[in-house]
Amino acid sequence: MTSVVAQQQGLSEGQLRAKAYRRKILGKLPSIIGTLPMIAVAIGVFVIGLGFTVVLSFTNSRLFPSSEFVGLLQYERLWSTPRWVQSVQNIWIYGAGLIGISLLLGYLLAVFIDQRVRGEDAFRTIFLYPFALSAVITGLVWQFMFDPIWGLQAAVRSWGFVDFEFAPLADGSTALYGMIIAAVWNGVGVTMAILLAGLRGIDEEIWKATRVDGIPTWRTYLQVVLPMMRGAVTTALVLLLVGAVRTFDIVIAMTGGGPGIATQVPATYVIDSINARNVGHGMAAATCMLLPILVMVLLIVFFRWRAQRRAEAA
Amino acid sequence: MSNLAMAGKAAVEPSGPKPKGLTPARIGLYAFLIIAALFFLIPLWAMVITSMKSMTEFRAGNIFALPQQPTFEYWVKAWSTACTGRDCNGLAPGFFNSAKITLISVPISIVIAMVSGYALSFWKYPGSQLLFTILVFGAFVPFQVLVYPIIFGLSSVRLPWGGTLFGTLPGIVIVHTIFGMPILVLLFRNFFASLPVELFKAARVDGAGFWRIFLWIMLPMSVPITIVAVILQVTGIWNDFIFGLVFAGRENLPMTVQLNNIVRTSTGTVEYSTNMAATILTGAVPLIVYFVSGKWFVRGIAAGAVKG
Repeated sequence: MTSVVAQQQGLSEGQLRAKAYRRKILGKLPSIIGTLPMIAVAIGVFVIGLGFTVVLSFTNSRLFPSSEFVGLLQYERLWSTPRWVQSVQNIWIYGAGLIGISLLLGYLLAVFIDQRVRGEDAFRTIFLYPFALSAVITGLVWQFMFDPIWGLQAAVRSWGFVDFEFAPLADGSTALYGMIIAAVWNGVGVTMAILLAGLRGIDEEIWKATRVDGIPTWRTYLQVVLPMMRGAVTTALVLLLVGAVRTFDIVIAMTGGGPGIATQVPATYVIDSINARNVGHGMAAATCMLLPILVMVLLIVFFRWRAQRRAEAA
Repeated sequence: MSNLAMAGKAAVEPSGPKPKGLTPARIGLYAFLIIAALFFLIPLWAMVITSMKSMTEFRAGNIFALPQQPTFEYWVKAWSTACTGRDCNGLAPGFFNSAKITLISVPISIVIAMVSGYALSFWKYPGSQLLFTILVFGAFVPFQVLVYPIIFGLSSVRLPWGGTLFGTLPGIVIVHTIFGMPILVLLFRNFFASLPVELFKAARVDGAGFWRIFLWIMLPMSVPITIVAVILQVTGIWNDFIFGLVFAGRENLPMTVQLNNIVRTSTGTVEYSTNMAATILTGAVPLIVYFVSGKWFVRGIAAGAVKG
């Protein structure tokens, strides 16, 4: 058929195909125009912008981008700067604490709410409302609660427990834990909501089966249901991880990075380096921030690929 | 993906066993939930009563002592005369800046994401899938990593009336549009992809094109998902701190940045009454959105959760 048409019009088959292709693209033109902003952002920001950050990390840029490449010098400087090393250490402790407590408390809250309690909606609303507030507000409120002279500590002491000590922000060795408490307060409701949705997605038959087998409820939740909601747990985990790497606002509002450099995190380091007109150095720090995200993305891609291969094999 | 659908209707039947009267276990259960609720409510409670106490009263009692003579004096002060550095205009300018930024950014970012999501579902072109993948991975990137490239990009655009885009209202709107895009495009793409293809095909057969189908068929159907997107964006942009701090410029500093400046400026004894009043005022808008929107807010979070 095609060859007949092609002969009639004096066109080769290749030309015909090119023409069809052109028509196809032309038909898609409004779609391409409609998505121009998206194309600009995907390519301009998330490809070129990220590339720019990585490239600048190998230069000695100060305020403006410089094309003078200095190899890994910025990275060497970075890892010999005590504040950066401390920042990285802090984000590990903070991240591990935040993620661990959020998952644990989030699951506990979800399981408890799942017990046909009265006022379920009220509890859910209360557990989730802090998430509507910004990290700045969270930080300021908890900074107030942790104030050694006016906050919780003073209140409990005024009730007669004169030796009560609870002012984590005043001490460099405990300030991070204070930040974790504030961050859990702000975000654990989301973990709960996601895990609760996962719980409610479990087949009722599973519950009937475990009840017939006489397995205690708490063991069902731990050993039967939890492994079945891998998807919800992964979602919650990824959200927490991305949030932890980004941590910035809450540090600024709560401690400003102090006492000393006790609560500095990589994000504040990057922004401060840019402000200090040391862009090359800051971009080296920014590139390091990308690494945990990169590892996470690769893991997700790997597990998706493996799951897909298994599904195909089955 | 499936989490989105599930979290969206989180109100389905609880899966736990049926309660059998008030056993000790039940009492423990409620005790745990109530203690947890107190943990979430106490800061809000302390914040509200502190903002209504005079500083003399505040110094005399503890943070849980009820105000003897409740006053809104500090709310007025936080709103109109509290100082940030040299200026003493309170939070009001920040409120109007935040309102301005939010009102402009929300519709722009949503319209762009809506059209993109629609195109990605029904008008795929070579490379569109790749673009979408890039965008979704973009949702994982910490903002701080992209701050400098965007500063550089915005300050290389010269405006006809002098200056550059960096530190201007259009600049901050562009930034919010950029960073809202991954999640919003995902939200709309998943929504449009869930619509029956026949709907689209029928319109095509009738000769309708890209924009006509969008305006006459898709737009009216996407009201619910748009509400979710609006809630997501309004709270997200209102609560933003770092973009406002870096990109808005001195004229447009949003409320969160003003709030932080007011609290940080306090010299001598910290005037917690004013600080807490300012904190409440800044949190009021997202809190109202939260309590009014209820289940929609949860849906927005669930949509954010699809990132995984």
